[in-house]
Amino acid sequence: MAMNYNAKDEVDGGPPCAPGGTAKTRRPDNTAFKQQRLPAWQPILTAGTVLPIFFIIGLIFIPIGIGIFVTSNNIREIEGNVFMYYGLSNFYQNHRRYVKSRDDSQLNGDASALLNPSKECEPYRRNEDKPIAPCGAIANSMFNDTLELFLIGNDSYPMPIALKKKGIAWWTDKNVKFRNPPGGDNLEERFKGTTKPVNWLKPVYMLDSEADNNGFINEDFIVWMRTAALPTFRKLYRLIERKSDLHPTLPAGRYYLNITYNYPVHYFDGRKRMILSTISWMGGKNPFLGIAYIAVGSISFLLGIVLLVINHKYRNSSNTADITI
Amino acid sequence: MDTFRAVPLFSISGLFFPYRVSHGIAGTLLGEMALCAKKRPPEEERRARANDREYNEKFQYASNCIKTSKYNILTFLPVNLFEQFQEVANTYFLFLLILQLIPQISSLSWFTTIVPLVLVLTITAVKDATDDYFRHKSDNQVNNRQSQVLINGILQQEQWMNVCVGDIIKLENNQFVAADLLLLSSSEPHGLCYIETAELDGETNMKVRQAIPVTSELGDISKLAKFDGPDTKLMQNSGRTKFKRTSIDRLMNTLVLWIFGFLVCMGVILAIGNAIWEHEVGTRFQVYLPWDEAVDSAFFSGFLSFWSYIIILNTVVPISLYVSVEVIRLGHSYFINWDKKMFCMKKRTPAEARTTTLNEELGQVEYIFSDKTGTLTQNIMVFNKCSIYGRSYGDVFDVLGHKAELGEKPEPVDFSFNPLADKKFLFWDPSLLEAVKIGDPHTHEFFRLLSLCHTVMSEEKNEGELYYKAQSPDEGALVTAARNFGFVFRSRTPKTITVHEMGTAITYQLLAILDFNNIRKRMSVIVRNPEGKIRLYCKGADTILLDRLHHSTQELLNTTMDHLNEYAGEGLRTLVLAYRDLDEEYYEEWAERRLQASLAQDSREDRLASVYEEVENNMMLLGATAIEDKLQQGVPETIALLTLANIKIWVLTGDKQETAVNIGYSCKMLTDDMTEVFIVTGHTVLEVREELRKAREKMMDSSRSVGNGFTYQETLSSSKLTSVLEAVAGEYALVINGHSLAHALEADMELEFLETACACKAVICCRVTPLQKAQVVELVKKYKKAVTLAIGDGANDVSMIKTAHIGVGISGQEGIQAVLASDYSFSQFKFLQRLLLVHGRWSYLRMCKFLCYFFYKNFAFTMVHFWFGFFCGFSAQTVYDQYFITLYNIVYTSLPVLAMGVFDQDVPEQRSMEYPKLYEPGQLNLLFNKREFFICIAQGIYTSVLMFFIPYGVFAEATRDDGTQLADYQSFAVTVATSLVIVVSVQIGLDTGYWTAINHFFIWGSLAVYFAILFAMHSNGLFDMFPNQFRFVGNAQNTLAQPTVWLTIVLTTVVCIMPVVAFRFLRLNLKPDLSDTVRYTQLVRKKQKAQHRCMRRVGRTGSRRSGYAFSHQEGFGELIMSGKNMRLSSLALSSFTTRSSSSWIESLRRKKSDSASSPSGSADKPLKG
Repeated sequence: MAMNYNAKDEVDGGPPCAPGGTAKTRRPDNTAFKQQRLPAWQPILTAGTVLPIFFIIGLIFIPIGIGIFVTSNNIREIEGNVFMYYGLSNFYQNHRRYVKSRDDSQLNGDASALLNPSKECEPYRRNEDKPIAPCGAIANSMFNDTLELFLIGNDSYPMPIALKKKGIAWWTDKNVKFRNPPGGDNLEERFKGTTKPVNWLKPVYMLDSEADNNGFINEDFIVWMRTAALPTFRKLYRLIERKSDLHPTLPAGRYYLNITYNYPVHYFDGRKRMILSTISWMGGKNPFLGIAYIAVGSISFLLGIVLLVINHKYRNSSNTADITI
Repeated sequence: MDTFRAVPLFSISGLFFPYRVSHGIAGTLLGEMALCAKKRPPEEERRARANDREYNEKFQYASNCIKTSKYNILTFLPVNLFEQFQEVANTYFLFLLILQLIPQISSLSWFTTIVPLVLVLTITAVKDATDDYFRHKSDNQVNNRQSQVLINGILQQEQWMNVCVGDIIKLENNQFVAADLLLLSSSEPHGLCYIETAELDGETNMKVRQAIPVTSELGDISKLAKFDGPDTKLMQNSGRTKFKRTSIDRLMNTLVLWIFGFLVCMGVILAIGNAIWEHEVGTRFQVYLPWDEAVDSAFFSGFLSFWSYIIILNTVVPISLYVSVEVIRLGHSYFINWDKKMFCMKKRTPAEARTTTLNEELGQVEYIFSDKTGTLTQNIMVFNKCSIYGRSYGDVFDVLGHKAELGEKPEPVDFSFNPLADKKFLFWDPSLLEAVKIGDPHTHEFFRLLSLCHTVMSEEKNEGELYYKAQSPDEGALVTAARNFGFVFRSRTPKTITVHEMGTAITYQLLAILDFNNIRKRMSVIVRNPEGKIRLYCKGADTILLDRLHHSTQELLNTTMDHLNEYAGEGLRTLVLAYRDLDEEYYEEWAERRLQASLAQDSREDRLASVYEEVENNMMLLGATAIEDKLQQGVPETIALLTLANIKIWVLTGDKQETAVNIGYSCKMLTDDMTEVFIVTGHTVLEVREELRKAREKMMDSSRSVGNGFTYQETLSSSKLTSVLEAVAGEYALVINGHSLAHALEADMELEFLETACACKAVICCRVTPLQKAQVVELVKKYKKAVTLAIGDGANDVSMIKTAHIGVGISGQEGIQAVLASDYSFSQFKFLQRLLLVHGRWSYLRMCKFLCYFFYKNFAFTMVHFWFGFFCGFSAQTVYDQYFITLYNIVYTSLPVLAMGVFDQDVPEQRSMEYPKLYEPGQLNLLFNKREFFICIAQGIYTSVLMFFIPYGVFAEATRDDGTQLADYQSFAVTVATSLVIVVSVQIGLDTGYWTAINHFFIWGSLAVYFAILFAMHSNGLFDMFPNQFRFVGNAQNTLAQPTVWLTIVLTTVVCIMPVVAFRFLRLNLKPDLSDTVRYTQLVRKKQKAQHRCMRRVGRTGSRRSGYAFSHQEGFGELIMSGKNMRLSSLALSSFTTRSSSSWIESLRRKKSDSASSPSGSADKPLKG
């Protein structure tokens, strides 16, 4: 890619008897750009600028860290809206072949993709000569245990806790990304010609009784389809809404969790978890962030002090220069 | 006589660089046989019949149409693509592209590679097409030039491309020659014609060609047969010039290879990881994720994953690296072309970077090899002084009788008495003109000689308007001097010379010219004056001529010798003049012998020489002339400054030793303060060796390290050998003669020579041939591992210019051959300081900063995949969205670093001139070397670790503020990508030392563009159109609305940048380099100025001048010695004095850093002012 512009030099300008005396002016323009004199800001790392930055970072980070830490620790499982999660570990939702094994056109309700899913879905693309809806390994491996929570009251009669199954997915997912195939009111009709994923117990149009939570827009399904970044993850399962300000959402007492076990994890040494949590302005319980902020803030502050000492020791006269000049 | 047998058939080319014919109707054939025979078997003879196209067509000689262009419209695409894929890099990316098309391997979409590749191919193709367009244009221009060709008996205008072998061409004065021609006849007597070959070889003097006798008598039907076609000598020679690469280029290639090795290692590690994972975990996970059909074992899966990882990790060396480097260099080249301060008003020539690939090497030059004539000197000869019959003229005396210095010259001598005088000629000593006017016979004879004894051609366009065309500028100066003093050479014919002597025209009969050559070093004419007396006039080199004088002139000779020494001491070029009266019989007899000798079949030259020798004897001394070889403007200052920048300057000249030494003194290369100037003039190997040995011994004796190191030399390796003398104290200079140099350059002595020469401050090689110039450069290149620069203006410098790392051509009045061979050209030697200290220094700095940052940002970007591999089953899942991967290098991070690479400045240009030591980091290769590279890589890897593990730590347990999971893959990808873009933007902000509006625009613009593209890619609209391509729909607004995500980004940024800032601050504090110090000083000075302004407003008289405001015009030596001006550390100051080697300075730097760590160290001092 060398650039050699010899060709131009071979062009001789002017009449043959006047070598070199080219008429056109070849004087370079006297512009700031061409003469490299553009006005510019030339920052230098002086003690006056660097040290305050370290102290300021320290002074900002430590309080933020403490704030996060306190908020995070104050999260109780029983106040406010309580969120119910299921957790899986050692489950590689982030494996390359797993991640790509889906057809977003199909999930978006594209009629042709419904009957002819993308090749990426192999080997869960077709079953018994019928296209699988929803196709692919992600859909096929959807978590299908059922969790029910009961409060064992004084009369020792278990009282079921109302678990809300809508509002657990992103709005864009529910309304933009996932759409049922076009067609009439009957969802089953709209999925006609397809078959259920191999592992599923029932077809996609029978995931829920409510029409706006059935088929591809079933929120359990949408949540599952938003693959996790790490092999240990939790996904939102249900919401427990607070009924009144007077009573805690989940009053103290004995609870009973009923699990309908459909989802095997022992093949791959997996673990299942159920988590109950409330949230704050910054999400759920998250001790890492608070500690990290406190640590980084302290280091920054300490570094500032160390640098200040070094600076004083070795450049003590420079400071006076800064002042006196 | 119709059939010519053309001697050599190749050629001068006349096509591209036609030379001018100055007189008569002529063309010529001056081909050199040796140059042609490369391509085809040498053609023994060529038959052509003049003016008979049909006959000549039988031989299928090449046509005269030249073609330098490579493509036409149809062939452009295939040929250009073929050429481009010959580049290893392009093929590599094509290979990656093919890998990506295999579904089992493909870890990235095909477009991540094809977009940059197509972009690169397109840019290169457009550039090639533009170049070729210009070539087409210039081809057309040359092909369509007109010539007068005799066709069917009529002279017709014919385009050059239609001229055929055997055509007869009529050329007129000052026309370009269409091809290699055979001169048939000319309007000048004897079928002579004068041609100028400046376009070919850079020589401006006229060359004489003569028609072969049999055709020359054809009378005024001037005819010309022509030979040759497209591959003329020039076309064949101009072939591929050797491609020069910079040391940074070579280093970069090595590093890229290392990185590929690193890449393969990473790939292997991850592939092994994949095999283990598939074996341990993957097999059991098959319930939910079965293996691909083709994959039957964990091992095979690992193998596939190796290639997948090669694909995703290849972004450590993206294709944009090479493109960016070229773009930056191109930008720097334009800055050189645009530099107003390197524009020569007089010649109206700007500087030109003819090669755009070498700029950063300009910042690393350690050795400069300079031609003298035309480079250091103007090649303008001025008749300055003369000695006539024992009296010296030309010194200027003021009223008190003291010799006046230059600059305070009184009025020049008035030549108005002489209507034929040349107005431009100036002379300051009126006594000479008086001597002429009172009719002093010696003075008259002196000027008569000057007006007769020469080979100058005169041309008189109008009455009294005389123009001289001289073979050498010296001769022109002498004849012009005679002209002004009343002895006007008016015209010549082959047999006569007409001179206006003090107003009366006298015609001398020219009996013989005994021409000049390098062995004779003199020329004579024998003329018969109107009275019939025959006299021989001779002028020549003093050493030769003084031996041939009559004994009776001994006393006069002594006086003249004194004058000659005096002139030589002033750096003037001298000639001695003498005459001899011949009687008629002797002349007749001598002329007969001369005729015999000239007709001799064998050793004609020798015979003629001895005949000449015989008559040029017993001559009467007339006097001597002294001609001033004018220095180019600013040469001493430039040399002083470059010396301060630790650049060693060697002058390689064809001139004789005395002249060269004189010029050495006048341009301050040699000074009287020097401990000793060694002069090596030995004629035999032994003598030279002895002289070199003595020189070294002297240097060793005086230096502290009294070692008998020389006895060990033979056993030392070549690299170490030179170190013995590196530490020599005192200043020495070496002057070596061409014949000694020939011995010194022999294989067994070259090291000794190099060692001795490198220990000297200045080296002057005189009487060297063009080949020796190249050999000297080659020698230094070979053993010193230093960057060399050769600068010259003439054809004899071409070999040297091509050999050196960087060739600079002076685009002056001489031909353009040197310029054509050069990499940079400008018209004045003094621009060299700006080219090196400003442009070169900046280029080097910018390129180094660019490379450091570039490797850093790509390692930070790519290595995240490596860490992620451990958490995704080594499945080659990328961390980022594929669009981010595609655009990261070409959109998000390309322009800020390009802007830095093009515009960055650490210190303003004036400071680089004020503190030449700032040039040193380039010479020592400090800013980008393997060590710096590893630091960048380490920083990149450090960043990548934090870039992955901080979000990992946060996301592992986090949920969003609406309770849904945060740790989904897409949110994670957006978070990491956003922190990465922010971190590398902050980093480029830290690296950018010179924030112009453009930098601001690019840096902020890149960030803005990142977010704009992010939101666009994640928008509903794009998803609706291509649901499978834009899967990240809604992700940006969902993720970036989370406070946790921003807290993570801020945390990552601070943790990545904080150590860098702390480290840089510490380095600045504890171990500042000179450029830091200068920058800091400048900052303080600015504050100071503001303060001063305040003080003035308060009413105090601020007459106290800032201590830093020294001008650079003043003597540089003073500047350095006066510590009060520059309050650098004492050691920094001492390092301003020259060093003799890089290792010496290295030790000095070490000392400096040692002392810097003490409390009273260096860094604080600059601020005391």
